[in-house]
Amino acid sequence: MRLEKRNQSSAVALALAPVGAVGFTLLIASLLVLWAGAPVGQTYALLLKGGFGSVFALSETLTRAIPLMLTGLAAAVAFRARLFNIGAEGQLYMGAMAAVVVGGLHGGTGIDWPVPVLFVLMMAAAALAGALLLLGPALMKARLGVDEVVTTLLLNFIVLLLVSWMLDGPMKDPTAMGWPQSVALNPELELSKLIEQTRLHTGLLWGCALAVLLWLMMKYTVLGFDIRATGANARAAAFAGVPVTRTVVLVAMLSGGLAGLAGAIEVAGRTSYLTLDMSPGYGYSGIVIAMLAGLHPLGVVLGSVFVAGVLVGADSMSRAIGVPTYIADVIVAASLISVLVATLLTQYRVRWRA
Amino acid sequence: MTDPVLRLSGITKRFGSLVANDSISLELGAGEVLALLGENGAGKSTLVSILFGHYTADAGHISVNGQPLPPGDPRAALAAGIGMVHQHFTLADNLSVLDNVMMGSEPLWQPFTRQRAARDKLLSVAQQFGLTVDPKALVGSLSVGERQRVEILKALYRGARILILDEPTAVLTPQEAEALFAVLGQMVAQGLSIIFICHKLGEVLRVSHRVAVLRGGKLVAQAAAAGTTQAQLAQWMVGHAIAEPVRQPTAHVDSSVVCALQSVSTGSGRERLAQVSLSLHAGEIVAIAGVSGNGQLALAELLCGTRQAQEGRVTYLGQPWPGQPARLVAQGVARIPEDRHAVGVVGDLPLWENAVSERLRTPAFSRWGWVRRQQARAYAQRVMQAFDVRGGGATVLARSLSGGNMQKLILGRALTQPDPSAAHAAAKLIVAHQPTWGLDIGAVAYVQSQLIAARDAGAAVLLISDDLDEVMTLGDRIAVMHAGELTAALPAQDWSRESIGLAMAGVSAGASVADTQEPAHAA
Repeated sequence: MRLEKRNQSSAVALALAPVGAVGFTLLIASLLVLWAGAPVGQTYALLLKGGFGSVFALSETLTRAIPLMLTGLAAAVAFRARLFNIGAEGQLYMGAMAAVVVGGLHGGTGIDWPVPVLFVLMMAAAALAGALLLLGPALMKARLGVDEVVTTLLLNFIVLLLVSWMLDGPMKDPTAMGWPQSVALNPELELSKLIEQTRLHTGLLWGCALAVLLWLMMKYTVLGFDIRATGANARAAAFAGVPVTRTVVLVAMLSGGLAGLAGAIEVAGRTSYLTLDMSPGYGYSGIVIAMLAGLHPLGVVLGSVFVAGVLVGADSMSRAIGVPTYIADVIVAASLISVLVATLLTQYRVRWRA
Repeated sequence: MTDPVLRLSGITKRFGSLVANDSISLELGAGEVLALLGENGAGKSTLVSILFGHYTADAGHISVNGQPLPPGDPRAALAAGIGMVHQHFTLADNLSVLDNVMMGSEPLWQPFTRQRAARDKLLSVAQQFGLTVDPKALVGSLSVGERQRVEILKALYRGARILILDEPTAVLTPQEAEALFAVLGQMVAQGLSIIFICHKLGEVLRVSHRVAVLRGGKLVAQAAAAGTTQAQLAQWMVGHAIAEPVRQPTAHVDSSVVCALQSVSTGSGRERLAQVSLSLHAGEIVAIAGVSGNGQLALAELLCGTRQAQEGRVTYLGQPWPGQPARLVAQGVARIPEDRHAVGVVGDLPLWENAVSERLRTPAFSRWGWVRRQQARAYAQRVMQAFDVRGGGATVLARSLSGGNMQKLILGRALTQPDPSAAHAAAKLIVAHQPTWGLDIGAVAYVQSQLIAARDAGAAVLLISDDLDEVMTLGDRIAVMHAGELTAALPAQDWSRESIGLAMAGVSAGASVADTQEPAHAA
């Protein structure tokens, strides 16, 4: 068996690829549901209802989608330039810590400055903290050729240990009765709710706006061209006069900044303080979402809602029918593999004989 | 001639709607050299791949010595005595000659390799065909000609009786090519058969007994080499007569210096420049000959702005060298890199973005960091029209272009000014590295005539080429590179094929530089 490059991807194939990928994913998951001894149709119906079936369900899904959207954008912009940032998880925690430092000092009042100034400062500090965390690996890649996959991945664990230490030390909330959590944010700095009686906050608007901005930048600006050219062929880009090293550093700042913002928005919009389990792997799920979206910023918005819906829906489905919530991880993982294979098949055809 | 050793009958291979081989029938006799001619895309590689079992033909069959060859099985092809010497060698640099030759022909289940027996066999094969090698030498330390010898030995070691050589002389000096031809003669005398794939028509007529020409997947002509001419072969290859670019000698003896290198050194290892001095004048083509891998890439990268000089000085129009690609382009340096696909274009981006990529950072195509898409697309359209770039509109991906169209795009964007009212000849210096490599004859003639036209309009052209014919046809002055050193650039008529070949091999290069330092003595 071997793959042959297609001269031209047919429009039908491009349209059918995602449909086939979804179908294959559901098929795989169905087998596991059957194995768990539950009716397949009802399981999917409950999952769908739990993720999207009511205002409450939808609000929970969208709330969950906000950090995923931002880490997804962080991965999408970095991967587009072939900077494989696996460290969004660590950058997210750095951003969250920076937000608490600026907005939660002195037992939750923050620095004694006007709230609007403090809010901007908090967000800027979070973005900067995430960006600086990725700057080192990016420079090491550009200057010394050090593999950024390794450095960014390992930094995640270093940051988690740092957070753990901070939560037991300088940032510890003295009123939390020994729980490892940070002091809370100044309540005036918290993001307002989009829908009353739900947890959905204005971070959603931030995420969508940033996605649109990123899409415009990628498509219409010189920097966007630099990023795409650097990622597609760095040698040719350098030949054409693209400042490749500068582009990689800028992309690192952008990607780390977005992941850092994810942390700050999560603190300011949902938790209001920092804990060690604030992110159930949002940084890693962001990579999956970016790949699902074909690295397209607007696709990341849809992808994050899809993944969040599956996660939230699986929780409620599991409570109702007893299929473990791990089915959500299976669906997300299988959909990623299916989409990658489907994309491959639109570009290559399989020959079974040599 | 007796029974053919190899018979292809009715070989047909389709890729989608493209018919790469259209019922091709060929025979090869024992002790015969058959030259397989054809432009890129004519179907030579496909045919050879079918023969070697990499592809399976849709129709037709192959027999070797009267026995049918199972399709799609490279092992069967090897066992039947078919050996292939690829243009790009498939050797491991960090292993010895003997290891490379043994690799793949030793059974995996035995705990130790049989070094001694293999060495004896290798030496006897080498002696039989006059291919001298040191079995213990590391392949990485060998010259290109020696590596090729190892490739040939590898095939002979495995018992090849039919040898396919894919453009074997492309990487050789004329003298090395002569040595190869002598070896081929010995093989043929001992009854081996050879399929010789080549672009150089002169060599084809010298070496082969019979010529087969492919065009558009069809076998269009077969002839005895003795009874045909280069012009006839070229006509078969392209389907019509070709007008060779005619070179008028220039008379710009005292024209101004556009670009000068003074004792420039940079790089290390095989890709380096060692104390290179060269001056390029307006209105002349200076051609750099040499076997590739002798520092040409370093020289091209230096003048394309992607490599900096470590020692020495480069001046451009009397000023210090601008150094960066964008600044070079802005100041009238047109650049054509050696590797179109890897360096010339970004294949995954559309044609129009590639057309403006060099000038994107100028006010003509961007403002406040935003790309002026309308102007950019209009410019791309102008380049495509003026330089006849075909293969789809401005939005197709650059990688879908054929080699010729890609090269026209690169040439076109380098020579087209953003301002439509500006004169054509704004390029003051053209750096062309292997500009016609791998192009079909029509595209070669087009690119060469564009370079001549630019020279006639007053540009200084630096042409770096492996192709000695190209160097001798186009160069007003010629210099030769060897091991990072450059001979003096002498007028073309002061060189002969032989003297260039010797300089390419590094023989007496030092002496000739010393003798000709002063232009006054050169005449």
